[in-house]
Amino acid sequence: MHAVTLPAAPSAAMSAMPPRRVLGAYLAEARSECLRYLRAPGFMLPILLFPGLFYLVFGVLMGKSEGADAARYLLASYGVFGVMSPGLFGFGVSLAIERDGGLLTLKRALPMPPGAYLLGKMLMAMAAAAVVVLMLLAMAMGIARVALTPVQAAALLATGVLGVLPFCALGMLVGTLFKGQGAPGMLQLVYLPMSFLSGLWFPLSMLPKLLQQFAPLWPSYHLDRVALVAVGIVREPVLPHVLVLAGFGAAFFALALRRLRRVG
Amino acid sequence: MTDTHVARLAAAAKRYGTLTALDGVDLAVRRGELLAVLGPNGAGKSTSIGLLLGLIRPDAGRAELFGLDPQRIEARRRIGVMLQSANLPPTLRVGELLRLTMSYYPNPRGYDETAALAGIADLLLRPYGKLSGGQQRRVQFALALCGRPELLFLDEPTVGMDIDARQKPWAAMRALVAEGCAVVLTTHYLEEAEALAQRVVVLGQGRVLSEGSVDDLRKRVALTRIRCVSDLDADAVAAWPNVASAAREHGHLRIATAQAEAVVRRLLGADPALAELEVQRAGLAEAFAELTRDTAAEQEAA
Repeated sequence: MHAVTLPAAPSAAMSAMPPRRVLGAYLAEARSECLRYLRAPGFMLPILLFPGLFYLVFGVLMGKSEGADAARYLLASYGVFGVMSPGLFGFGVSLAIERDGGLLTLKRALPMPPGAYLLGKMLMAMAAAAVVVLMLLAMAMGIARVALTPVQAAALLATGVLGVLPFCALGMLVGTLFKGQGAPGMLQLVYLPMSFLSGLWFPLSMLPKLLQQFAPLWPSYHLDRVALVAVGIVREPVLPHVLVLAGFGAAFFALALRRLRRVG
Repeated sequence: MTDTHVARLAAAAKRYGTLTALDGVDLAVRRGELLAVLGPNGAGKSTSIGLLLGLIRPDAGRAELFGLDPQRIEARRRIGVMLQSANLPPTLRVGELLRLTMSYYPNPRGYDETAALAGIADLLLRPYGKLSGGQQRRVQFALALCGRPELLFLDEPTVGMDIDARQKPWAAMRALVAEGCAVVLTTHYLEEAEALAQRVVVLGQGRVLSEGSVDDLRKRVALTRIRCVSDLDADAVAAWPNVASAAREHGHLRIATAQAEAVVRRLLGADPALAELEVQRAGLAEAFAELTRDTAAEQEAA
């Protein structure tokens, strides 16, 4: 990169952008990002369907014999499982495809405000995560009769909406490493084993001892612990888990941003 | 940099591994002019545009937009862009794409005015993904001009369009230039440059091969190629009036001239045994080849 030191252009005033219009550009970008995915059912349906179906079968129907605590436990675990996918796929797949198709290049050439593109995708992932958690909450409280206080329900919702962010960063990293149609397969390879190894499908105690010891390596394990605290299954401080998640998120984001700047 | 230049490459070089995409290119876009950048594939057209847009960084030399680093958003707010390929979100409607792009600019052109100028007024409610290729190009063109830019980059905007379909974007480009907007147009089509450009830059193998008015280029391209089997000395023929060049290649005598009739008459008179006579008007590809050969020869001579 070459340092360019030049005086400001004489007619810079003409291109001054009032703050209101800059804000408007951020909003327009976020709105477009949400609209385009709401209109693409092939993208949204699997994200909603899989955690919903899993929870219905394993948590609500099969969990009846195990009592309400099983439904409560699986509400947290499948909630985390469901929240990971809009982060990983919403961010990763769309970024990989848009890098491949030239949309990202065009956006970089246009005067889109910095970060609006990523911010729009982030809001979309957070909204999708909220929908997943609300759907599971409705099933848990409505069908499985899990008794949750409003505080517990709100805590789980907040866990999902904020917990999607480190997975957005991980999806973004994978999206910068693989172009186009290679990304979805790669993301499945991250998503499914990580969910399994973090005890999202079966309680960790049912896994071999060695895998149990490795569980804290995965970000999804830490989000699961936070979710279990939120629904009242586990009592432990959440701050260490939150810090680990923030660290994972920051590291993935920094790596992805570096690669995006270098490779585009 | 003077105030008359809106964009500039100065001794810009760019390498991809061992491939030299640009090899010290100087290029200045003047305020309000339509500059056509011509050249065969791999000549460095898209690399030049990419440098001016700040999408890639030069390995050596400089790229400037309005005297600023092209990556500065203040500079990019004054440009409009249409790239060769951009898969826009298929589920968004044309009108939504237009409003989104307008939101990036401080003082955009009106919504209806943009649609009319680009000829997409009838497409505004349609999802982008349902449009034909030509309609999608028109939408991309609308997005490029919606910000009321002072400088418009159009990277092969009419590729794949037939002559009739090109008329609409041509008229829009003329209207924009009349408003004082500068346009950088890359194209494969010489007739497009002839119809629109005030100035033409020809790139080849990462260098500027020729720069000047359309007439200058036309003179270089208006050559006719004569090929025949003859014992005449190529150097002697090269000295004839109206002969631009003459050379012996693979047993054939090859002559370039702007006055084919006169030269053929003299050829036939000078060599009654002349055979396999071919006369062919030079296409743009040949003009490029000729320009490339000229520079290669100059380099060897130097």
